[in-house]
Amino acid sequence: MKNHFREQAVEALADPSIRDNFRGAMDFLRDKRQAAFPNNDELAELRSLGHQIKANTLSRLPDLLEQLEENCTKNGIHVHWAETPEQACEIIHSVIKQHDGKLAVKGKSMVSEEISLNHYLEAQGIEALESDMGEYIVQLANETPSHIIMPAIHKNKDQIAHLFEDKIEDVKYTESVDELIGTGRRILREKFFEADIGLSGVNFAVAETGTLCLVENEGNGRMCTTVPPVHIAITGIEKVVEKLSDIPPLLSLLTRSATGQNISTYFNMISSPRKTDEKDGPKEVHLVLLDNGRSRMFQDETLQQTLRCIRCGACMNHCPVYSRIGGHAYGTVYPGPIGQVVMPQIEGLDKQGEMTEGCSLNGACGEVCPVEIPLPSLIRKLREQKAALPSRGRKEAIAWTVWKGIYGTPFLYKCFTYAATRFRHVSPKSIGSWTDYRVAPKPAPKTLHELIRERKND
Amino acid sequence: MNTTKTFKANKPKKIYFFGTCLIDLFYPEAGISAIELIEREGVDVIFPQQQTCCGQAPFNSGYSQEAIDVAAMQIELLSEPIPVVVPSGSCASMMKHHYPALFSNHPMCEKAVELSTRVYELTEFLSRVLNVVLVDRGKPVKVTMHTSCSARREMGVTEDGLSLLKQLSQVDVCEPERASECCGFGGTFAIKQPEISAAMAEDKCQAIIQTGASQLVSGDCGCLMNLSGMMEKNNQGIRSAHLAEFLLKRTQTTD
Repeated sequence: MKNHFREQAVEALADPSIRDNFRGAMDFLRDKRQAAFPNNDELAELRSLGHQIKANTLSRLPDLLEQLEENCTKNGIHVHWAETPEQACEIIHSVIKQHDGKLAVKGKSMVSEEISLNHYLEAQGIEALESDMGEYIVQLANETPSHIIMPAIHKNKDQIAHLFEDKIEDVKYTESVDELIGTGRRILREKFFEADIGLSGVNFAVAETGTLCLVENEGNGRMCTTVPPVHIAITGIEKVVEKLSDIPPLLSLLTRSATGQNISTYFNMISSPRKTDEKDGPKEVHLVLLDNGRSRMFQDETLQQTLRCIRCGACMNHCPVYSRIGGHAYGTVYPGPIGQVVMPQIEGLDKQGEMTEGCSLNGACGEVCPVEIPLPSLIRKLREQKAALPSRGRKEAIAWTVWKGIYGTPFLYKCFTYAATRFRHVSPKSIGSWTDYRVAPKPAPKTLHELIRERKND
Repeated sequence: MNTTKTFKANKPKKIYFFGTCLIDLFYPEAGISAIELIEREGVDVIFPQQQTCCGQAPFNSGYSQEAIDVAAMQIELLSEPIPVVVPSGSCASMMKHHYPALFSNHPMCEKAVELSTRVYELTEFLSRVLNVVLVDRGKPVKVTMHTSCSARREMGVTEDGLSLLKQLSQVDVCEPERASECCGFGGTFAIKQPEISAAMAEDKCQAIIQTGASQLVSGDCGCLMNLSGMMEKNNQGIRSAHLAEFLLKRTQTTD
């Protein structure tokens, strides 16, 4: 089914709470990021290094993935490959079934959203409980994340207070953020101990050492990956990096770009299941590596750059479109500029092509991207591919052919501008949606071409 | 990224002026003003009459072949090795930064790359190449400037426009809130996503009005058309003009 971006955006624009919540949050995150990078030269150097590291990784992606598998296996981590979301869900389900699991606690993972894991498991009678506070709120509200690192950013504290009051037993309405967080913590704490399975994402998977790195702020990621007897991590194949020394610059870029933190509160490095002399940690660790269109992106030299993404969310924080319509309006798992690049490549331009139009090519996203992904160029490239499809808008194709006929023929162009200036008083007062919000521009009495010819003749 | 040859050492004797299609039809005074600002520094201005459009709109819409066909004609018209001055950050950026990629698999690739090294946005040319000195002859006025996203992020000329304005002693330049955020124009974006575009333009207009300035200037007529069009529709009277027109008027001697 085709995704109707524009209709969804119009709906979102009409909701003042979306406008307010996002504007406030995005302003806050922009300021935080800016404060975290006080030195422009250092930032430029670091971004360039991040770009290089990820580009080097991509240039050897198949080899590094093999190396990752080999070293993870040596460490006792079971590695699984999934080409599609369905395969990934089946793999995870089969591991859970082997352990007769009933309850899984989850750390934040956008790839798990990508494969709709919660719904899949629910249908199999397995409860998957989100333990990141934002994700917990979103799950409680039966919604989806509206931001890749701040999933509940579309809600303000009043809305969350009402949600907790409605959905959680014995919870009274309170707008105290501390009390609300306390409620969530109390409930989740018990679940960590009850759970048979811990699920998590991965921020970086180090090929050289077979290490899974997990960045988080709440400690829930550490609970999910250490308390339950089985830990299943899922990630996209692009999260692999070559060596451990690649991590410090990437981590620094990630946390500073995302939330303006120099380092996250927790940084977990998972290298193996619990060893015989260790007192904690899961008995089994599984890693599911998801393709879902990524190897297709890898084939195209330009679009391959999409795979450098470290999912910091800075592009959406700085996007003037995202800031106004929020994440749900995109109707996709990944919203904002990176979503506009990733989703059409995963799900196809016929379905997700329209969202590439939700961009003024202002370049704010590309300017802040910590790994220098030229997001506007990639959006433009996808528009080009869309314009080559049989399903392209016929009206638009005709309009550009006419445009070329006029602007590509100086004589016709002269006639056109002559007519437009001479008939300026009858030029249309209403030109579609432009004049719903603005007055129509009126051609000048004479064109610049004419004024210059007249100057010469003086 | 910055491949501009420096003509600083010796001021060029002549330059090409690429007027842009928007200025040609809607804002010719801006073009004439820009030409006069350049000519009064003793530089000859050549305006090839066959010029039409840089091709940015179809390029941004994914219609690259149409863009190439029209862009190729402009490249041929601007072939002498002299600077090309463009009174628009977005059209200048199209020619400077996007032509090389657009023509990368085209027989005219070399010409496109060569041209790109000679392209200047107007304020950049006035301030960095001609080092113009402006003497303000106008009355005190509060002005706010909007820098287009291409001028800011691709051409990197925000400071050039501001430094020219700041040379004017009677002009109080005030920056709107969130100055670096897009005004919502985006060429065909304003047509294809009118509601989002309008939401962005509304915020920008509000920020401009909040500065208390009585005059809005910009180096890009697309943004001006968007913002002044909305302010006029909402009866929010604030004058707007291309920066070139404003600079010329402020510095002309009245005879």
